[in-house]
Amino acid sequence: MNAAPTVKDIEPVKADPRLKLIAAKIKKENFKPDSLIEVLHIAQNAYGYLPMNVLKYITKALHLPPARVYSTVSFYHFFSLKSKGDHTCLVCTGTACYVKGAQAILNEIEKTFSLRPGQVSTDNKLGVSVARCIGACGLAPVVVLDEEVQARASTTEIVEKINKMVAP
Amino acid sequence: MNRQELKTTIEAEKNKLDLQKTKHRICVCCGAGCISSGSEALLKKLQEEVETRGLEKDVEIIPTGCMGPCNQGPLVKFQPENTIYQKVDCNNIQPVVQAQVVENKPIENMLLFSDSRSKPFVNAKDDPFYKKQLKIALQDCGDINPEKIKDYLSHDGYQALDKVLFEMSPEDVIGEIKHSRIRGRGGAGYPTGLKWETVYKYVSPEKYMICNGDEGDPGAFMDRSVLEGNPHRVLEGMIIAAYAVGANKGYAYIRGEYPLAIKRFELAIKQAKKMGLLGSHILGTEFSFDVEVRIGAGAFVCGEETALIASVEGKRGTPKPRPPFPAESGLWGKPTLINNVETLAGIAPIINKGGEWYSEIGTPKSAGTKVFALAGKINYAGLIEVPMGTTLREIIFEIGGGMPGGEDFKAAQTGGPSGGCIPAEYLDVKMDYESLISLGSIMGSGGLIIMDKSSDMVDVAKYFMEFSMDESCGKCVPCRVGTKMMFDLLQKICNNKGTRIDLNRLEELAVYVKEASLCGLGASAPNPLLSTLRHFKQEYENRIEKEI
Ligand SMILES: Cc1cc2nc3c(=O)[nH]c(=O)nc-3n(C[C@H](O)[C@H](O)[C@H](O)COP(=O)(O)O)c2cc1C
Ligand code: FES
Repeated sequence: MNAAPTVKDIEPVKADPRLKLIAAKIKKENFKPDSLIEVLHIAQNAYGYLPMNVLKYITKALHLPPARVYSTVSFYHFFSLKSKGDHTCLVCTGTACYVKGAQAILNEIEKTFSLRPGQVSTDNKLGVSVARCIGACGLAPVVVLDEEVQARASTTEIVEKINKMVAP
Repeated sequence: MNRQELKTTIEAEKNKLDLQKTKHRICVCCGAGCISSGSEALLKKLQEEVETRGLEKDVEIIPTGCMGPCNQGPLVKFQPENTIYQKVDCNNIQPVVQAQVVENKPIENMLLFSDSRSKPFVNAKDDPFYKKQLKIALQDCGDINPEKIKDYLSHDGYQALDKVLFEMSPEDVIGEIKHSRIRGRGGAGYPTGLKWETVYKYVSPEKYMICNGDEGDPGAFMDRSVLEGNPHRVLEGMIIAAYAVGANKGYAYIRGEYPLAIKRFELAIKQAKKMGLLGSHILGTEFSFDVEVRIGAGAFVCGEETALIASVEGKRGTPKPRPPFPAESGLWGKPTLINNVETLAGIAPIINKGGEWYSEIGTPKSAGTKVFALAGKINYAGLIEVPMGTTLREIIFEIGGGMPGGEDFKAAQTGGPSGGCIPAEYLDVKMDYESLISLGSIMGSGGLIIMDKSSDMVDVAKYFMEFSMDESCGKCVPCRVGTKMMFDLLQKICNNKGTRIDLNRLEELAVYVKEASLCGLGASAPNPLLSTLRHFKQEYENRIEKEI
């Protein structure tokens, strides 16, 4: 059994303020291994994805086997091991949006930008993903562009907005 | 705060509300739907408008939770008249304030549903959309500011908790809940009183209370709206449940996709703690209870109770075989009570008005009301709450305003990936647990998706099978492999390459997966397939090659 973790384990923190955020959360959770998911949430929000060195850092700080951390990260859709792109386009494919034509929007995006769900453009500018219902079904079909919810999305409107979003 | 202080505060808040009855209360819907339609900018503009007109004294502006007809948003409601305006934005709010506050004369062509009804209603309660509804879980949603505990207190908030702590024993509480005949709203419909009693009977120094706010069913947003519109109601339900079963620590597991719900629930916890309604020695009694929020990380299976428990423990959310049920051995091996958000939102009214009152609503086997998220091909998409036993026809054609463009109704999907489709010949089915099961569907959590002839039912079955395949946690073979095999077969049939053998194999597989899976996900994954096979077999037949 490992020795109980201490504050020293997570010091010295490199000058990265985002790592400090994670260290603060770990301290607040008292190094409890069951706080893993909570800590991962903070990291995912700070970086937009989970870089390997950050995962190693969390593994050490919480005194968990790397396999346990990796298996948890890979299980949940919320966590990603790759960058999602500078700008994101999330198309809801929940039932209401499916019935109202989410697939047509995805097809158009694939045609215009050559990106399928889960893919990021080579310049890392745009990432396309899908979600299973974001809970705004009354406004279906719904697309989220950089955190902003687009209600009753029309295909042409979305393509136009993405073009604007990724324009330099 | 002690009991007397709570009473004084509630009285004071109620008096304030009475005084305000003469004033104008302008409620701006800040539910998820209306925020997406721009209600936050509208709220700011409205505040400016009231200030420039110097109306601050006569007008109170309240950002509220979901009012229901999300598709017509942003919505603004004027109280006490109960007049609702639809599609209000920064450009047309001025005339609305002028007409409603200054001239006291509503603008007819901006009222709720004015674009589809020949005569819209000045008092929204008279509109068929609201008339057929009975709001219990959603009672104060759309009337109070969810971020202010005092608003909740002025609407009888925490009175049930007060009653429970000072006038009732845990046995009394359980008795009242049993008497109400309320059943779990998370999907399975297990009697809530019975579940509480089971947890209560296990002797353990540590017990836990978990609120299930994972709401993974795609096409459903009931729990989200309750958490965002009236978080204190859910929190009060949790505290009462904890008191009844003897738990001292609770977790609210909320979907990561709902940041606003998480924020508001955390705020509610903070406010309740500050007032002594949560934490140690609640209202000066011996009872202590604390709640923490756990954020879901996007896995549908985590809505299943044993998987959810694993997730709260910080692990992969894979389910465990039951028994032992969580009531016996749940979180960290201790007796654990798990209830759904909507179930908990119904607790305070039952305590306040009595189990007898609740049990008389609805049908003999399904008491009370149910919240549905109405979406898909329907005119008035949004959030509704109706007594159990309301027919599907009433919901779609009276409340929901029928189908857009007068299209013919084809099917309604209930219960999401665990449920099924109800065809037109069963439009008069009563919406309650048993009737839906008899049609091969389930009540589920309350997602209700309406489809017209543009929906291809084989494709619908494939859609849900793909969902279950993606979301299968992989722990047991029947579900992991079975859903994939069924998906492949459905894909083949969708591409017009299927044969009768494929169709037979599908039917066979469906039964195997249903019977042999470890948890509810696999056990219910074949339901959409089976129900479309039952009601829309012809569409499959049309797709397969005629000769073998
Ligand atoms: C695959 C699966 C997903 C589930 N998802 C949810 C959910 O999102 N929300 C929920 O409250 N219950 C969900 N449940 C039901 C829970 O396991 C549990 O029965 C429920 O939370 C109990 O609360 P209740 O008695 O108040 O309904 C799910 C069950 C299964 C099998
Ligand atoms: S199905 Fe897209 S928001 Fe619910």
